[in-house]
Amino acid sequence: MAAQDAAELEPKTTEEAASIDPKAVNLSAETMTGAEIVIRALQDQGVAHIFGYPGGAVLPIYDALFQTEDLEHVLVRHEQGATHMAEGYARSTGKCGVVLVTSGPGATNAVTGLTDALMDSIPMVCITGQVPTHLIGSDAFQECDTVGITRPCTKHNYLVKDVNDLAQVLHEAFYVATRGRPGPVVVDIPKDVQFATGRYVGPGDIIHKSYQPRLKGDVAKIREAVELLASARKPIFYTGGGVINSGPRASELVREFADLTGAPVTSTLMGLGAYPASGPQWLGMLGMHGTFEANNAMHDCDVMLCVGARFDERITGRLDAFSPGSKKIHIDIDPSSINKNVRVDVGVVGDVAHVLEEMVAIWKASRSRIDPAGLADWWRRINSWQARNCLEFKNSDETIKPQHAVRRLYELTKGPNTYVTTEVGQHQMWAAQYFRFDEPNRWMTSGGLGTMGYGLPAAVGVQKAHPDALVIDIAGEASIQMCIQELSTAIQYNLPVKIFILNNEYMGMVRQWQQLLHGSRYSHSYSEALPDFVKLAEAYGATGLRVSNPAELDDTIRKMVETPGPVVVDVHVDKMENCFPMIPSGRAHNEMLLGEAGEQTINQAITDEGKKLV
Amino acid sequence: MRQPTGSAYFMDDTHEPRSSHTAVLVDNEPGVLARVIGLFLRPGLQYRPQPHRLRGEPTRATSRITVVTTGPDDVVDQIKTQLDRLVPVHKVLDLTQTGRALERELMLIKVRGKGEARVEALNLADAFRARVIDATTESFVFEITGKPDKLDQFIVLMTPLGLVEVARTGVAAIARGPEGIG
Repeated sequence: MAAQDAAELEPKTTEEAASIDPKAVNLSAETMTGAEIVIRALQDQGVAHIFGYPGGAVLPIYDALFQTEDLEHVLVRHEQGATHMAEGYARSTGKCGVVLVTSGPGATNAVTGLTDALMDSIPMVCITGQVPTHLIGSDAFQECDTVGITRPCTKHNYLVKDVNDLAQVLHEAFYVATRGRPGPVVVDIPKDVQFATGRYVGPGDIIHKSYQPRLKGDVAKIREAVELLASARKPIFYTGGGVINSGPRASELVREFADLTGAPVTSTLMGLGAYPASGPQWLGMLGMHGTFEANNAMHDCDVMLCVGARFDERITGRLDAFSPGSKKIHIDIDPSSINKNVRVDVGVVGDVAHVLEEMVAIWKASRSRIDPAGLADWWRRINSWQARNCLEFKNSDETIKPQHAVRRLYELTKGPNTYVTTEVGQHQMWAAQYFRFDEPNRWMTSGGLGTMGYGLPAAVGVQKAHPDALVIDIAGEASIQMCIQELSTAIQYNLPVKIFILNNEYMGMVRQWQQLLHGSRYSHSYSEALPDFVKLAEAYGATGLRVSNPAELDDTIRKMVETPGPVVVDVHVDKMENCFPMIPSGRAHNEMLLGEAGEQTINQAITDEGKKLV
Repeated sequence: MRQPTGSAYFMDDTHEPRSSHTAVLVDNEPGVLARVIGLFLRPGLQYRPQPHRLRGEPTRATSRITVVTTGPDDVVDQIKTQLDRLVPVHKVLDLTQTGRALERELMLIKVRGKGEARVEALNLADAFRARVIDATTESFVFEITGKPDKLDQFIVLMTPLGLVEVARTGVAAIARGPEGIG
């Protein structure tokens, strides 16, 4: 009896192992080595660029890559850089980013980027080398339990022990990474499997036997949503990164539906560009550093349409005071996002574009309309909030205000061919507030995980995908040092990224929170011993510029754009500027701090309870 | 005072915690149990993996995991959707939704004693339909199956009679009626 139980729990035989229905797979089998299978599978998946770093456990794959012409490899300087490049590449193109790293430290260095991609729902396939099968578990050189370490930070992962499973697993990895809510997938390949000869199968029409996310929403729910929205007097659209992930059609539909309903539109950090910042119904970003009008409208609305966003705690503020009087509709491809943090009245599971297509059609067919008198009243209130001009700041002739620097950067570089990445901190929020995006896929930032060091490699990835675009990394002097080594990658591949450092000599957001929460005791947040960024740029072979006089700012930005190749601009900005507006921890949307709030208000703004939050 | 909407975690006052048995059908692949269990960082959860073959697909092995949780309805719903989005998970079924689930657990229990206590242990075991699967002149090992509360009660009775050791399997649950999970 026990023996029989054990037999049933044994790992599956080769025929059973891959989860793709064999009938659906192209069975015109060819024989080749595991390493060749990897290259061939990438080619058959339409991959043009991969970001990687060689090492002992991936040498066979690098050897196969050496003999391949139509698959371009970008050699990074650190595996974390590879993952962020793949993220920038994926976010700006809608394609799946691909990473190739070695075992042990190669895999562990990739963990930050994998987690980042998981949090921000970025499609990525990360191939890791592994020590040969017979050495697994022996603490071999550069061995680590990659699938164990990456299990909680990937959407799914695989250890391939049989070369005959390899092709199907790779195709399945792309399927899982890109379908449903996108995310990172790791395929761990032992070195002996790369050398072994096995059967290659093509991608075919994959029908995964257990993972089949639904794209189309439940029509009854969509009708319910339309009726609810039509009954609104104070509607609002709250859009998120899911709109960007769904593709350009989803952004078009958000615009069309906003136009049809007349509702105001706000967006999360990840969703910027889905609705144009120049659009008439745009309220700006919402959340902790969102605009006064967006947060107040969220608080006071009566029907909220949440499209591809997830009620993150940076968005909702204090949960029990979040939009207390509204009915909520939530469209999301991930069923577990619905009712997770906030209970909604109508939850529609499906892809944003598919659901909105249906919603717009039903709205039109039923000749639905939001009560014009109520809507006009609503817009009058919104206009009064907008009149507060919450993003206004006191400019200066003596020092460059960071907000001013971003605003001038925007004015001098705006256009559909401009892509912006950021690191994490004050500069990221200022970029989100003052750089205005009219198109999706132009804004790459680390939202969920908040990874300092994301921006420069992400910019390199974006530039690789869009060689003729203007790609700018808006950075801070602390963040940029976390992945500065990728400047060397940009030089090697002649990728003319522009790095715009808002240098305030502080980890600005840390300093701001220390000022607000810890009695202005700036514990270890001052950037001591900063490098000379101009010389640093020159040492790498890039151009370095420096500006500290507001009068020279515009010329410096123009020079940055005109100079060929990578440019680092060290912008010396006001050291003590804080990022406003701000919802202090533990407060509700209608309890924002605005820029003119004095020191006194700031110190009293956060309760003892709020200080314990993050 | 409850707000119209709030976090699922604040809602215990309106949703009574209930015990829920969830059957999870997963691909029988290495690490799958770790993936499922990794979701349960909250205390008070038990799990019981059970080998299982999906009817009609004799060559493709899947495993069945029974998850016993206690929580308000919305927390149980969250657990279900979180389980369902794991790639190797085929199906998640709340067996207690219709109130028709059967549950059984197996326990091995060792009791040590002489004289009256030994006789009493044997009599009680008989009343509980436990089987003697090992005996020495001063001990018994009983095998007993039943609902968890029956097993709990048996442990209570055996404690003063010389309880030495207990090994329990955790709960296996299945829905009544002709329908299967697949």
